[in-house]
Amino acid sequence: MGNESFSARITSGDNSILPLKTDEDVVRLRKQVRDDLVALGFSLIEQTKMVTAASELARNTLRYGGGGEAHVSRRHDNDRTGVELRFIDNGPGIANLELAMTDGYTSGGGLGLGLSGAKRLADEFQIDTEPGKGTTVRIAKWKML
Amino acid sequence: MSNKSTQLAAVIAEFQDQLLEGWLAGLESRLHRDKSKTIDLRGQAAQFLPLLAETLQQTTSTNIEDAGWVDVRQLLAEISQARVRQGFTPIETANFVFALKEPIFEYLRKALVDNPLQASEEIATASTLFDNLGLYTIDVYQKAREQIILRQQQELLELSTPVVQLWQNVLALPLIGTLDSSRTQVVMESLLQKIVETGALIAIIDITGVPTVDTLVAQHLLKTIAAARLMGADCIISGIRPQIAQTIVHLGVNLEDVVTKATLADAFVVALQRAGSSIQLTAGR
Amino acid sequence: MERIPILRMGRLLLVTIQVDMHDRLAMALQEDLTNRIVKDRANGVLIDISALDIVDSFIGRMISDTAAMAKILDAKTVLVGMQPAVAITLVELGLTLEGVSTALNVELGMKMLEQPG
Repeated sequence: MGNESFSARITSGDNSILPLKTDEDVVRLRKQVRDDLVALGFSLIEQTKMVTAASELARNTLRYGGGGEAHVSRRHDNDRTGVELRFIDNGPGIANLELAMTDGYTSGGGLGLGLSGAKRLADEFQIDTEPGKGTTVRIAKWKML
Repeated sequence: MSNKSTQLAAVIAEFQDQLLEGWLAGLESRLHRDKSKTIDLRGQAAQFLPLLAETLQQTTSTNIEDAGWVDVRQLLAEISQARVRQGFTPIETANFVFALKEPIFEYLRKALVDNPLQASEEIATASTLFDNLGLYTIDVYQKAREQIILRQQQELLELSTPVVQLWQNVLALPLIGTLDSSRTQVVMESLLQKIVETGALIAIIDITGVPTVDTLVAQHLLKTIAAARLMGADCIISGIRPQIAQTIVHLGVNLEDVVTKATLADAFVVALQRAGSSIQLTAGR
Repeated sequence: MERIPILRMGRLLLVTIQVDMHDRLAMALQEDLTNRIVKDRANGVLIDISALDIVDSFIGRMISDTAAMAKILDAKTVLVGMQPAVAITLVELGLTLEGVSTALNVELGMKMLEQPG
């Protein structure tokens, strides 16, 4: 899925898929996430945290996963509403997940705060990775109704 | 006297004193003795009965939503709202009306002893009427309670974040009570927001009123200080009690980079110096 | 290529970031600033981020690296105008920009740069 070319944003209902191939795509994703959070009435602080987390993870997908795509979807529960993001790449995967999740550890010259920082900024964090197959990171932020 | 409601009205008007005694006896048996003493039950009952009789005489409707019942609704609403403040339960509040049923039925039966059919009809109508009045008091009670809760929540939130300007460029945040993470987040946001609004260079966080500091609270404080520094303002912590100093060191929390002062007054002097002002004691003191 | 403009006022360099930052733009700004410090013989750099609605770890690192580079080139850097929500998020992310001087706004930042030392 990550090798196809996504020329335009694909939207289905409350779900949009954005390509992550260039730095500009990261900016577009941030804007999309911000718009969804604003529409659902998240506070400025919560918006900022989630957009920052999205920025970190989008960079990882781009830099370490060789590009991929981001899925942005709105979620609704009985008593809460939220935004869920999935970052999917078909890159090399992460060999040592525990190490990758450590503050300050980096394999590529960054600050090593991407994964651990995004986890702190979001309400939910989940990562599936397999060496040679790729990585999917899912984060969500919830707001009580 | 063929109209049902006027018959009820006639009974109430004629036997008002007896009904009042019967009603009060019923009320007092249903309420806790200490509670019934705290309020003027007799006064409220004596006000309600004639109003009810008058309403029944003037309107043929027994639907309490109708305009003719506005005075009765008004009085019941006032009583119910007072009950909320006095700490009564919804059941105790509704019983004010329900306790009137028994004496009324008794006198209706007596008045219509020759016409049992009409008596049962009258009682059924009166029963529905009092049920509706009782439910109305519960409804008012509920709404009054919700309003109180809402107002208290608002007050709590405002109380919990009292950012005050002590001097030009100097803010103070006197924290009182236990800090949990959601409250700390509110405190943090309002302090930082106030820094932007006032252009303050320095903020004093006074924790004299904070009973305990655990690792999490200490971390929250440090985060607030770090965030303020990123924006260009410094923070001083004051009012650290000996036990809290012990806890902080035992927990291994590093406060080395933070300016701490024993009292708010000491912190204020430091803050003034940083903000470019100073205080001088006048002669003769 | 898109670049963030750098203004010169006496021996100070002024940057107001008003576009959505991305990594390439951040790296270009860092390069431009260090070049201009030498070329303009600047002794102070003021970076205004009041229009930025997020600062992630990459931009944060660019800022602290730039401040460190400027210091080696004998120029002082002041970062001004960080929004409260951005500051809270940066701290939560684990970034405190140690070694970077900060001020609430451009005016206070200029004052800091004008002070000797």
